[in-house]
Amino acid sequence: MGLTITEKILANASHKSEVASGDVVIADVDIVMAHDSTAPLAVEGLYKIGKKVFDPHKIVIVFDHFFPPPSVDAARLHQKVRNFVTEQKISNLFTDGVCHQILVEKFVSPGNVIVGADSHTCTEGALGAFSTGLGSTDIAGAMATGKCWFKIPESLKFNLSGSPEKGVHAKDLILDIIKQVGADGALYKAAEFTGDYVKNASVSSRLTLCNMAVEMGAKNGIIEADEKTRNFLGRKGKIFKSDKDAVYEDEYKIEVDRIEPQVACPPTVDNVKPVTSVEGKKVDQAYIGTCTNGRLEDIEIATRILKGKRTADNVRLLVIPASTKIYLDAFGKGYLQEIIKSGGIICNPGCGPCVGRHEGVLAEGETCISTQNRNFSGRMGHPKAEIYLASPATVAASALAGEIVDPRGYI
Amino acid sequence: MRVWKFGNDVNTDLITPGRYTITTDKTKLGKIVFIEHRPEFAKVKTGDIIVAGKNFGCGSSREHAPVAIKAAGVSAVIAESFARIFFRNAINIGLPLFVCEEVDRIDDGDLVEINFETGQIHDKTKNVVLKAKPLPRFIQKIVEKGGLVNFLRSEGYV
Repeated sequence: MGLTITEKILANASHKSEVASGDVVIADVDIVMAHDSTAPLAVEGLYKIGKKVFDPHKIVIVFDHFFPPPSVDAARLHQKVRNFVTEQKISNLFTDGVCHQILVEKFVSPGNVIVGADSHTCTEGALGAFSTGLGSTDIAGAMATGKCWFKIPESLKFNLSGSPEKGVHAKDLILDIIKQVGADGALYKAAEFTGDYVKNASVSSRLTLCNMAVEMGAKNGIIEADEKTRNFLGRKGKIFKSDKDAVYEDEYKIEVDRIEPQVACPPTVDNVKPVTSVEGKKVDQAYIGTCTNGRLEDIEIATRILKGKRTADNVRLLVIPASTKIYLDAFGKGYLQEIIKSGGIICNPGCGPCVGRHEGVLAEGETCISTQNRNFSGRMGHPKAEIYLASPATVAASALAGEIVDPRGYI
Repeated sequence: MRVWKFGNDVNTDLITPGRYTITTDKTKLGKIVFIEHRPEFAKVKTGDIIVAGKNFGCGSSREHAPVAIKAAGVSAVIAESFARIFFRNAINIGLPLFVCEEVDRIDDGDLVEINFETGQIHDKTKNVVLKAKPLPRFIQKIVEKGGLVNFLRSEGYV
């Protein structure tokens, strides 16, 4: 019987020749990540365990959820984690981007097993790695032992074929998939994305697809690595491919050219509708950034729409590059200058207001259209504020119009 | 113990909004459970039980959610299914979870007693007895040790 990429990577990392879904394995991990929001509890967990980290070079800490600290409490948590990093001689502490983007740029190789104390750690699976989100105590265990237990998941195959219409992007495709599957339709499972669309897609678009796998409950998102992945990373790693006779619990066929721009309406990510059905909804804030859509490609898409125009008076447009590398590249290409001239605000690389802690918190009754991945009540501020999720094109066009619009009229 | 009933897809932003979790102080966390989603939850008493539908705890990986629920005095969460990170987190910190497909027979405010050994759920208000699905053997071992840290010690991993 054939194996999927996910099964092969986990078999390899747990030193087994074969595994089957439902098996529990103890796998070696290559990267253990935590950020400023989850590291403090992981640090406490490790102190309880009473051991040093297994390898200070394989632990990555990123301050991204509230950096620079917006309050004394936030600064205290940073202080606590910094002390831990110094005392354990951890070599990787970053403050210049979203944790997943930092891992993509500096650490991930195909074939890796990556655990991160952040639910969107499924993002890194777009590079042919097994990458999954865990909580702080699991991360403390992985920091101490270099290992983690996993139940081998069943796999779902998402076969994306064709080319998207102009104005339709990876975000629209993954929103459409989540609409079909539902918030728990992939619970505990591996979501494998394949098909000619995925093969032709940029690494940035692939990362957007895998980023939102957890929004349908998946354990991991995964895409077979190829030469494009290796060229992007500049690291070879080990490429695992699913066998032709690998077993999938279900297969979804998505004809990409039939999909129009989509929007996830509040208050759940699977409440997805075509943008045309919510056109005219007034917005107060438009946000382009996050681990979902804060990459150069996303900023470029937004710039093309914003260039030479002016955002509506009622909208604050926030653009937050996902890393300093992207920030400098976008600056070098003149994108940020155009965005600023159009009325946009650029903030330092990080999560921005996605979790409602700083840099654009919403008041009661306000509406934000955002490229992020969650729209739950109270996430970005007041519980009676609303968040709509969309592609960078839809967010940029809506910032100009002052209301949600179909981006196809703006390209 | 009194049941606090919730629906499907209760996410961690509803349980413990991100704006309130810039702390690891368990006493503070115990006071913020459902602070905006269901403010009357502040009246929760030690031993009370949360009963919910599918996919309880979806969303963020923040362990603050189960930590806060436990700190609030909740003795167990019964749900039709749990989101995977919340499930691992709760097991790891010793918050008892029960998976039960018949949760729709339990209503808000019912008095329920759980036999933690057998997984038998007795709704005393309705006088019905429901059965929780047994946890997989490996996970049961973590539960028996009271969480991941003790499990790692007892198995010789640390």
